[in-house]
Amino acid sequence: MTTATNDPSVAMEVRTPWTEFWRKFKKQHAAVVAGLFVSLLVVLAVAAPWIVPYDAENYFDYDSLNALPSAQHWFGVDSLGRDIFSRILMGSRISLTAGFVSVAVGALVGTAMGLVAGYYEGWWDRIIMRVCDVLFAFPGILLAIGIVAILGGGMVNVIVAVAIFSIPTFARLVRGNTLALKHLTFVEAARSIGASDWTIIMRHVFPGTIAAVVVYFSLRIGTSIITAASLSFIGMGAQPPTPEWGAMLNEARADMMTSPHVALFPSVAIFLTVLAFNLLGDGLRDALDPKIDRK
Amino acid sequence: MLQYFLKRLLGLIPTLLLVGALVFLFVHLLPGDPARLAAGPDANAETVALVRQDLGLDRPLAEQFLRFSGGVLRGDFGRSLRTKRPVSTEIAERFWPTFWLTVASMAWSVVIGMAIGIVSAVWRNRWPDRVGMTLAVSGISFPSFALGMVLMQIFAVQLGWLPTVGADTWRHYILPSLTLGAAVAAIMARFTRSSFVDILQEDYIRTARAKGLAERVVVIKHGLRNALIPVVTMMGLQFGFLLGGSIVVEVVFNWPGMGRLLVDAVDMRDYPVIQGLVLLFSLEFVFINLIVDVLYAVINPQIRYR
Repeated sequence: MTTATNDPSVAMEVRTPWTEFWRKFKKQHAAVVAGLFVSLLVVLAVAAPWIVPYDAENYFDYDSLNALPSAQHWFGVDSLGRDIFSRILMGSRISLTAGFVSVAVGALVGTAMGLVAGYYEGWWDRIIMRVCDVLFAFPGILLAIGIVAILGGGMVNVIVAVAIFSIPTFARLVRGNTLALKHLTFVEAARSIGASDWTIIMRHVFPGTIAAVVVYFSLRIGTSIITAASLSFIGMGAQPPTPEWGAMLNEARADMMTSPHVALFPSVAIFLTVLAFNLLGDGLRDALDPKIDRK
Repeated sequence: MLQYFLKRLLGLIPTLLLVGALVFLFVHLLPGDPARLAAGPDANAETVALVRQDLGLDRPLAEQFLRFSGGVLRGDFGRSLRTKRPVSTEIAERFWPTFWLTVASMAWSVVIGMAIGIVSAVWRNRWPDRVGMTLAVSGISFPSFALGMVLMQIFAVQLGWLPTVGADTWRHYILPSLTLGAAVAAIMARFTRSSFVDILQEDYIRTARAKGLAERVVVIKHGLRNALIPVVTMMGLQFGFLLGGSIVVEVVFNWPGMGRLLVDAVDMRDYPVIQGLVLLFSLEFVFINLIVDVLYAVINPQIRYR
């Protein structure tokens, strides 16, 4: 069989960044599986209101409180008689939205700040980096707690808090990349033919930072889902009876001794979701990092 | 060296001032009138006015800030709205349990994390690496509050080996510090591995091997020392993660520390306590980073002369 070598599509194959990325990414089996899992989660989350077997908040089965998993209730029943499977499914909407929206806002604002700081340097750089230093001075979840203390609890405020918490890391990341990129020849060439700052930033510098932002975006979603769930767990985020995973775990604490399975399913849900985003992020990093080939 | 230390210390002043200003403004950003909050929900208008005068809230903002900063420098954060005791006393009682919890978590997680990282790098792409990195990615994906609940259920409730809540003996520290340190150990393992993999490809490692040194000596003497440089920086950042994480872990284990106090204070809208705690948490973090920077300069002489 010599058809393969005569096939024009093979001979004409052009290695665009996309095909190059895909060639490396599909070798990372864990990341591919994680990506499929994330896609499945997104589909389930979108479809959740139509496919849940029971109402997540207003269905109470008083005859089987804290019941173990069964054919009627796949993940069992909680201490108020609610179906845990339905609650987990509805909760995926909250956690995925919180993770995605907060990181998207953080990435958008942080990237803009990083581009401006890195491109213009001088005063802009000093002011923006000082703001980042101050935001960084609040360790971990503390900044989010402070913001929630001001704005009050609830999921929307948690998303705002986690978004602000994500800004400085993106700003630093993009600033570093911008500083390196802006001295490259193609940027100087663009400037020499009279391109405006806006054109140079958007057409020539920004595309060079995308790879790093995408990798960090994926890794950051995992962190943000955990942060949002943590805030709900300590009573500052989603409030009962909302089926948010962290809030569900907090409710399950009271019956931990007698029915640990009520706590098991939300824990596993958070773990698998965050794990999938982290594995996906690792895979993206390995596929997008030009250094990996060298090794 | 001293000059470098002083330079870094002075460089912190603007950040500290801004952090202080933010924490001060916190009261004014709260929805509602802080004087009414302080006076309580049942107070009449005159009482609220009296409280406002008493707390100095009727003064110009700049004057209030000066008074606040002066108080902070003297260790005076005002009084808790809930217990009426000085905030500094409230925090002092809670400081050490949190401090020792974070130190214990840091100690074990750095040792274990670096050990896993080194083993994974030396046996790269073989089974020790796969086991180590699977553990590590699981560690960063498992939320601490869920891990704490699982550990408590198994080791304290089912097996009865360890106490569930409280902070009286060293045995009380085992489960909370395992819970708090797990994610840091995982991050350290991943970071040490990648740092080590880079180092093991350097020319001087090849030279060391070529001159017939035992692999153990190459890894520990030539590899570890150089791989430590980025790892130390990472430790500083992770301390912030631990301080923040302690807030959640303290809720799980009902730990008598600052995190638990903060969660209660936010619940009760006890703003002087929130202010004091937020300030203290950030101060601790900023100073730990300073210490890490100085350590970094000790290990890596290049930094000092920039």
